[in-house]
Amino acid sequence: MTVVEDRPAAEQAPVEDHQRIITVKVRRYDPEVDPEANWQSFQVPVEKGDRLLDALHQIKWYQDGSLSFRRSCAHGVCGSDAMRINGVNRLACKVLVKDLGDEILVEPIKGLAVLKDLIVDMEPFFEAFRAIKPFLITDGREPTRERLQSAEDRERFEDTTKCIMCAACTTACPVFWNDDAYFGPQAIVAAHRFIFDSRDDGAEERLEILNDKEGVWRCRTTFNCTDACPRGIQVTKAIQEVKRALIFRRG
Amino acid sequence: MTAVTETQQDRLVIEAPRTRKKRPSQSGRGTNFEMYAWIFMRMSGLLLVFLVLGHLSIMLLLDGGVQRINFGFVAGRWASPFWRTWDLMQLWLAQLHGTNGLRVIINDYAERDGTRFWLKMLLYTSSFLVLVLGTLVIFTFDPDLAG
Ligand code: HEM
Ligand code: SF4
Ligand code: FES
Repeated sequence: MTVVEDRPAAEQAPVEDHQRIITVKVRRYDPEVDPEANWQSFQVPVEKGDRLLDALHQIKWYQDGSLSFRRSCAHGVCGSDAMRINGVNRLACKVLVKDLGDEILVEPIKGLAVLKDLIVDMEPFFEAFRAIKPFLITDGREPTRERLQSAEDRERFEDTTKCIMCAACTTACPVFWNDDAYFGPQAIVAAHRFIFDSRDDGAEERLEILNDKEGVWRCRTTFNCTDACPRGIQVTKAIQEVKRALIFRRG
Repeated sequence: MTAVTETQQDRLVIEAPRTRKKRPSQSGRGTNFEMYAWIFMRMSGLLLVFLVLGHLSIMLLLDGGVQRINFGFVAGRWASPFWRTWDLMQLWLAQLHGTNGLRVIINDYAERDGTRFWLKMLLYTSSFLVLVLGTLVIFTFDPDLAG
């Protein structure tokens, strides 16, 4: 498809034979225009292999340049484009439009302040992440070579190393929706990654942080987080393992 | 394009639709009530499987089931300390389990502090009444009342 320079943007949406038209309903919000958020429908030509991100690009590039959303890698690596798609949290760059029906609802992830359209303020999410000390903590003297680890020891926390911090899990959690102070699944996943790392000595410290009133005990085993995670991390299982470590730890 | 001044910029940071009110506490000291509540939910749930299923089978299914229940049937069972203990445990465990379950649900769904407070007061008052009344009946039940 070629973009003809001298026609107004709105007319340039190319519809070709192998494309079909779907409706994408986006939850729009621009505080400079309207203090209320509202739905806006777009007719979008898509082809078979298109992902939702392609449909959003089509809207932004050909229909309405003011549509705002985050994305970077477009391949499920950077964690920028988690959104609520047909009511569930997904990465726009990972879901195919063919799996979403002819009318697709797209909203910002829930439980964080919306700044504009699909862009939310991620700071509270990162704050919870920082609170669990997401870095190696060690006692004793610095070793003179690498900190080695057996394959089995590494396997213990393999699953939780895969997190890309997209916030799909935390903002899928009904406890987080109504309780700002809850650390949320991601922070617990991040803590799990260090608590079960044989090279790390900060487990006790992190467990104590998550033993808080707003820590792991707020989890109600809803499994929304596990369902939402684009990396297939067993989020609920990781949370349960942290609970178990708290119950059975010594001292 | 008009320039946005500092103060205008501040005003653009609006509350709706959602802002964070609280932040994760950094105290680092655990309140273990939530941990004990969590363990209690699992332990009581485990016991309730036996107590409630046993109760339901005896009262509703086995041996004529619900048709044969009357004052005499209840009096007969409560003549034995075993069934009184069974029912007492079932009452306390189910009541505390259900109350704690509703407590967390209220925490999730009540958005305003006032609503949350009053819903919990209602919950605690009603479950206290049921516990006291139920316990009273189990301990002071008099089979001769029928005669
Ligand atoms: C039959 C055996 C039962 C088992 C095994 C059981 C088990 C559980 C467990 C493990 C939880 C905690 C869920 C979580 O936080 O992850 C729970 C929650 C709950 N239970 Fe039970 N329970 C039983 C019977 C009952 C009864 C008889 C009642 C009502 C009196 C009840 C009312 C509740 C409520 C209201 C919740 C809170 C639900 C929620 O967190 O969303 N349960 N139950
Ligand atoms: S655990 Fe999964 S859903 Fe949660 S932030 Fe990490 S990658 Fe995203
Ligand atoms: S754009 Fe990077 S994860 Fe989707």
